[in-house]
Amino acid sequence: MITLNDTVLQYLLAAVVALPLLGAAAALLPAPPGLRGRSPEQAVLRHGVTVTGVVLAAALALAAGFDYDRAQDIQGGTDISWIPALGIRLHLGVDGISLPLLVLTALLTFLCALYSYRNPPKGPTPTAFVALLLVLEAGTLATFAVLDLVLFFLAFEMVLVPMYFLIARWGGEGRAKAAWKFILYTLLGSVVMLLGLLLVGLTAGTFDMVALASDNGAGIGRTTQIVAVLALGIGFAVKTPMWPLHTWLPDAHTAAPTVGSVLLAGVMLKMGTYGLVRIVLPAAPEGAAHFAPYLAAFAVVGILYGSLACLALVRRGGGGDLKRLIAYSSVGHMGFVLLGIATLTRTGVNGALFANVAHGLITGLLFFLVGALKERTGSTDLDALAAQAAGGRGAGLYGRAPRFGGLLAFGAVASLGLPGLAGFWGEMLALLGAYHPADGLSRPAYLVFMALGGLGTLLTAAYLLLVVRRVCMGERQPETAALPDVRGYEFAAWTPLVVLTVLAGLWPALLLGLTDPAVQNLLPGVSR
Amino acid sequence: MTETVTPAPPAPPAASAHPGDTAALAADLVQSVDWVALAPVAVTAAVALLLLLADLFLPERRKPLLGWAAVAGLALATLSLLPLVGEDRSTFCLTTDAAACSYTADGFALAIQLLVLGGALLTALLSVTTVADSKLPPGEYWFLLLSSVAGAALLPAARDLATLVVALEVASLPVFALIALRREDRKASEAALKFFLSSVTATAVSLLGISFVYAATGSLHLRTVAQSLTDVDPRLTVLVPAGIVLTLVGFAFKTAAVPYHFWVPETYVGAPVPVAAYLSVIGKAAGFSGLILVTLYAFPAYAGTWGPVVGVLAALTMTVGNVGALRQRPDAPHSAVRLLAWSSVAQAGYLLVPIASAAYGDDPGRAVGATVAYALMYAVVNLGAFAVVLRLHRAPRAGARPGADGGTRVADFRGLYAAHAPTALALAFFLLCLAGLPPGVIGLFAKVSVFAAAVDAGLGQLAVVMAVNVVIGLVYYLRWTALLFRAPVGAPARLSLPAPVGVALAVTAVAGVVLSGAPQLVLRFVSGSLL
Repeated sequence: MITLNDTVLQYLLAAVVALPLLGAAAALLPAPPGLRGRSPEQAVLRHGVTVTGVVLAAALALAAGFDYDRAQDIQGGTDISWIPALGIRLHLGVDGISLPLLVLTALLTFLCALYSYRNPPKGPTPTAFVALLLVLEAGTLATFAVLDLVLFFLAFEMVLVPMYFLIARWGGEGRAKAAWKFILYTLLGSVVMLLGLLLVGLTAGTFDMVALASDNGAGIGRTTQIVAVLALGIGFAVKTPMWPLHTWLPDAHTAAPTVGSVLLAGVMLKMGTYGLVRIVLPAAPEGAAHFAPYLAAFAVVGILYGSLACLALVRRGGGGDLKRLIAYSSVGHMGFVLLGIATLTRTGVNGALFANVAHGLITGLLFFLVGALKERTGSTDLDALAAQAAGGRGAGLYGRAPRFGGLLAFGAVASLGLPGLAGFWGEMLALLGAYHPADGLSRPAYLVFMALGGLGTLLTAAYLLLVVRRVCMGERQPETAALPDVRGYEFAAWTPLVVLTVLAGLWPALLLGLTDPAVQNLLPGVSR
Repeated sequence: MTETVTPAPPAPPAASAHPGDTAALAADLVQSVDWVALAPVAVTAAVALLLLLADLFLPERRKPLLGWAAVAGLALATLSLLPLVGEDRSTFCLTTDAAACSYTADGFALAIQLLVLGGALLTALLSVTTVADSKLPPGEYWFLLLSSVAGAALLPAARDLATLVVALEVASLPVFALIALRREDRKASEAALKFFLSSVTATAVSLLGISFVYAATGSLHLRTVAQSLTDVDPRLTVLVPAGIVLTLVGFAFKTAAVPYHFWVPETYVGAPVPVAAYLSVIGKAAGFSGLILVTLYAFPAYAGTWGPVVGVLAALTMTVGNVGALRQRPDAPHSAVRLLAWSSVAQAGYLLVPIASAAYGDDPGRAVGATVAYALMYAVVNLGAFAVVLRLHRAPRAGARPGADGGTRVADFRGLYAAHAPTALALAFFLLCLAGLPPGVIGLFAKVSVFAAAVDAGLGQLAVVMAVNVVIGLVYYLRWTALLFRAPVGAPARLSLPAPVGVALAVTAVAGVVLSGAPQLVLRFVSGSLL
């Protein structure tokens, strides 16, 4: 859009990764005179908004300066030797795959900071909260920006510590156990992943992702590739999460504070699928082809399992928690992403990347809304909510807070994949990819997967409409008080997500034009 | 120092009919001594003797000065390494063969001496308050500690088998006494006796092995032994491998490799905490440098003999150590030191991996570099962890008589973050380094370099065993780390922070963080050949 030379891009990208870290350190220091604000709490929360805002601005400038005609190339690259003894380099860069995720991360973190500024989370001091939020942002951005396997691992791990504390300190009921489960699962997963990364790096003789992608697995034997993909796959599958390794996710989401849930669903889950696309597909294609059918099978089970679990939660008397329901729906949605990747086709992988971003936008919005709902009604228990209105059939949000109810219905409908909204394209492309998987993969099996995935979309629609039925609809009782409708700061935090959901739904080429050249680059020799 | 070909006594007067000839003859027979190269060892030994003497003349209230003098002496010894950097200096060379030397200050020796002297400096800082608090006799304590340090510093530079054994004994004999210094403590005496008896047995076995090797090669100099071993009399084909394996025994004992690990937990618990820290880092480093010297300098021709032995030792050691650490109950008495003791056994297993790889790979220098880099990382973070344990150890517990409480339990660390955030963060960092997880980046990279050494040498099975062990290790390190951040039970104990312990804690934490940012500082040993 605007032309920036590569040096400027390079500095912008370095700034995007480094600023949150510097900001986190600065948050721990006392505020300088002139920036003290009304109270130390207010000052540090404002600091969080400023830093994430600057990072977002830098990310947007990076997106503006990105050369869309060569989206397959690494742009804004920095490549400095860090540990020559092990051949580890500080290698940064963006291409069409990582750019949307970088911008999404910067945006969601900024919105979270904005939201927390007016609505500080309940817990210990906000200083630590802001510092942790910024470290979390730095780790996530670094995961998407680095091009060295070992750095990738470091960035991947850097996210765990702040997320653990966000859950354990600012979370709700059962937070200690949920946080421990979260850290245990993801840590064990990433240790296995590290072994896979080392195996790939040491046998190929380089840790550089660009070199590994251009070699396309040439320097790694088939057996090694299979072992490496197994190890890497387990690590990424825990993070994504893939059924049956998902059990940490519902607990973590239910216990996490609103901001934690938004970031967890919005960006952290993407790190797993990003790793699959960025590392597994290009660096070990034979291993990937070996495991693709299994991955697809697990993905489809995840889709069905996620939606059935949601259906069980949403039914009357099921005692389902709305946050937990959205967490399970994430398992289903990420199942589509995994299915898209497992087709090993351009269509499927593009669909997966699209669904990744769409899920970030929509589920981020939904977690914001559920957090706000809990604050207004004091509960996210579906039965308790429904009991607040006449006949216990629905919470009657439309009547009590019309705009809020409308937004919630919008989020639910977007999540079920209504055409015209962001959720549609990714899942459709993933299913389309499964209709005609890459050569060498069993087509009948994938047709079955596709059919089951299609069934999953139906079930998803069913439970999300039931959620709308039970939360938004229902007759308003005269004695129940009206709820506060969407507040100014909530409006500011949620509008960008709504706008982008509609935009991505109406103009999918915006995103697909960016990812497709890069995906072609990662899957050489694949025609579809 | 040179038992092989002793500098002959001065020529008898009867033979010196021509005074000019005598001078020439003396130059032929007397070895020249390079005192600069010897300085790190000599300074330490001299300070040890001075302190023992000074103790006799100092009045009781001035005794704490001895500790500070020891710290200064060790700092001086560490500084004396500086002029030696970048060149290989040898001394005590044979007058008949200038290449056969008994003492060489090369890159390997300097790296280990840095570890030994730096680690000893930190140990001394930790000891200052312990000596005063536990009423240990200061003169004896500092003399014994510095003597042991002198031996440990001599060891990596020793280049003949006799000097090696002497250095190893000088490094370990004073430690028995250090452990037993707490006279009223029965547990300490028992630990010292156990350690003493098993150590002496191991050394005796080693000496037997060395005698076999000497019988086969006719030399004790590592370089000459290595040359002779390439072409051994066929009648000695049984004797030589037996000698090599027996020689390894003594060194394996000092590294606490399985099956010589059993002394570790009891000894560490019985010893004063700084001595346990010293044993876990410097004692181990001494054992390792000895092992590297005998295997790679003296017996490279028999890599097929000792390679599998070291490989199996590595696998067993890390597994047994990790399982032992895993079984520690957090609320058992002394569980903190006990856990660190078992973890040090496990870490010794990782340290052995590159040595085993050196037998199979084509670049043993890289492999040794990985061991050295790992040992340096381990020294920094393990001493740091011991410093934190010592700090809690000193915390007065209500209603407990000094020495009668259960020592420091892992459970005592619960909620440390709420009470003393910096100390808790430092310990969390050290534990994560030991586990090899970010933010303990240096721990991760040290493990990666060890792992790479195994993979490069084609030791896939050993790499797999190590990977499994790293995962087991995570469990107990993380359990401890998580405990730090749990809600405390009851009011947190007030901890005093004596200045020297604080300095040691700060130095190790800063060193760990700096190394995490610039791992190349220690990992350069991996790329630069040390052999």
